[in-house]
Amino acid sequence: MSSIISVANLSKTYGSGFKALKNVNLDIKRGEIFALLGPNGAGKTTLISIICGIANPSEGKVLVGGEDIQTSYRKARSLIGLVPQELHTDAFESVWATVSFSRGLFGKPKNPDHIEKVLKDLSLWDKKDNKIITLSGGMKRRVMIAKALSHEPQILFLDEPTAGVDVELRKGMWEVVRGLQQSGVTIILTTHYIEEAEEMADRIGVINKGEIVLVEDKTTLMQKLGKKRLTLHLQGKIASLPDSLAHYELELCDAGATLVYDYDTKGERTGITSLLGDLRTAGIRFNDLDTTQSSLEDIFVDLVRTS
Amino acid sequence: MNHRAIRAIYLFEMARTWRTLLQSIVSPVVSTSLYFVVFGAAIGSRISQVEGVSYGTFIVPGLIMLSVLTQSIANASFGIYFPKFTGTIYEILSAPISYFEIVLGYVGAAATKSIILGLIILATAGLFVPLHIHHPVWMLAFLVLTAVTFSLFGFIIGIWADGFEKLQMIPMLVVTPLTFLGGSFYSIDMLPAGWRTVALLNPVVYLISGFRWSFYEIADVSVSVSIGMTLAFLVICLVVIWWIFRTGYRLKN
Repeated sequence: MSSIISVANLSKTYGSGFKALKNVNLDIKRGEIFALLGPNGAGKTTLISIICGIANPSEGKVLVGGEDIQTSYRKARSLIGLVPQELHTDAFESVWATVSFSRGLFGKPKNPDHIEKVLKDLSLWDKKDNKIITLSGGMKRRVMIAKALSHEPQILFLDEPTAGVDVELRKGMWEVVRGLQQSGVTIILTTHYIEEAEEMADRIGVINKGEIVLVEDKTTLMQKLGKKRLTLHLQGKIASLPDSLAHYELELCDAGATLVYDYDTKGERTGITSLLGDLRTAGIRFNDLDTTQSSLEDIFVDLVRTS
Repeated sequence: MNHRAIRAIYLFEMARTWRTLLQSIVSPVVSTSLYFVVFGAAIGSRISQVEGVSYGTFIVPGLIMLSVLTQSIANASFGIYFPKFTGTIYEILSAPISYFEIVLGYVGAAATKSIILGLIILATAGLFVPLHIHHPVWMLAFLVLTAVTFSLFGFIIGIWADGFEKLQMIPMLVVTPLTFLGGSFYSIDMLPAGWRTVALLNPVVYLISGFRWSFYEIADVSVSVSIGMTLAFLVICLVVIWWIFRTGYRLKN
């Protein structure tokens, strides 16, 4: 798959001397959903702002659709739709007027049919004549998405798109995003909801302290970095573990009713076979067991902590 | 040239005018009418004539300029400050639009509004005093030039301001005094010699003088100097705006 965005050696130092981005290299593939994860202040928004033209880079180069964002900014920017993190909306304009304004701003001829489709897709059609100030937070968020989609962009940046949006609406928004991907739009989203990235993304990038820590296919990442947890439900409660099992670093839970063993799927040996043998030798019996895969959230927390 | 973007910004700004019609058009007309009542009728009745025209007629160009200057600054500074304040500026900055086109949209709308306002005040003045415009083309030229120049100046203030207080500060503390002292209500020849020299340092004197010349062929300074000074101020504003966009001052990190 070819790259639609190519970031090379990008650095950003603010006037205060704070280095928000340090030599970032990143390629976004055409048509994918890319989730950029990172704690607060990691540089996610700065990276997006530079690609979209809102902030100036200190060093480095960014190509969007093969066009340099500085020397060929018109072509580069016309490919992008941006939904920023904060709810920046007009107050007294109608939904229809503000979305139509965005289309004009991006140099596109009027197309009421397209605006109508966007508003309907985002369940805003019945609010089209309402002033933005009268809308709820979730609706304003959707108005911002509608503005970003008004000029039919090939790339959509969603900076924390579902912050402050209730669960039902969030799922509705995921549907919209999936629909956009199917129509060929490349989507880059930043999120604090790890489950959102897990649910939506094809690839995941993790940024921390201005550096890209990792970029990986979501499934590969889950397999590569995923830890599994084996939970054994014991036949009878035990007060403590014998010394012979100490090296497994087991955890006794539920007042001695369950044993928990974390193992690494990457490792040559998981240690499960020998653990089960040693348990039998120690006379500890169990009547059920289950395994769980660690979530992306666990992986993310681990990565950020160690980077 | 992204002409659709210029049009979008221009129409967006003009829509704000119609939405706030009372504040944008009606209130300057009302306050100008009050000036006519106070200065033209009450005080003017005690002043016979200034340089061959009645006092009420004499103050018309100055009153129009007073409104055009203050409204150009107010419209343009608010027009660009408000998106900064609400955060919607992100969309302008991320759009495929050049700085020149952004200025054209905002300043074009602000200047249009104040030109319309100037013409409305002119028509209002016609209800109070008899008017005869000697050089209508020059009158329009001065009106447009002033509206554009001071809209550019307002645009600069709007970018510079980081709070509503600063947005009001320059118009209140600098522009209004300069306009009142710029010969709106008197000819600077009526001042003592020393003050006349001081008055010539006031750029507004040249605008009002040129504008008044286009009405009555009477001027405090020569017309070419008036045009030259206005153009000089226009160029200064353009240079400052060019610098703002080149450096991203108060717009981009």
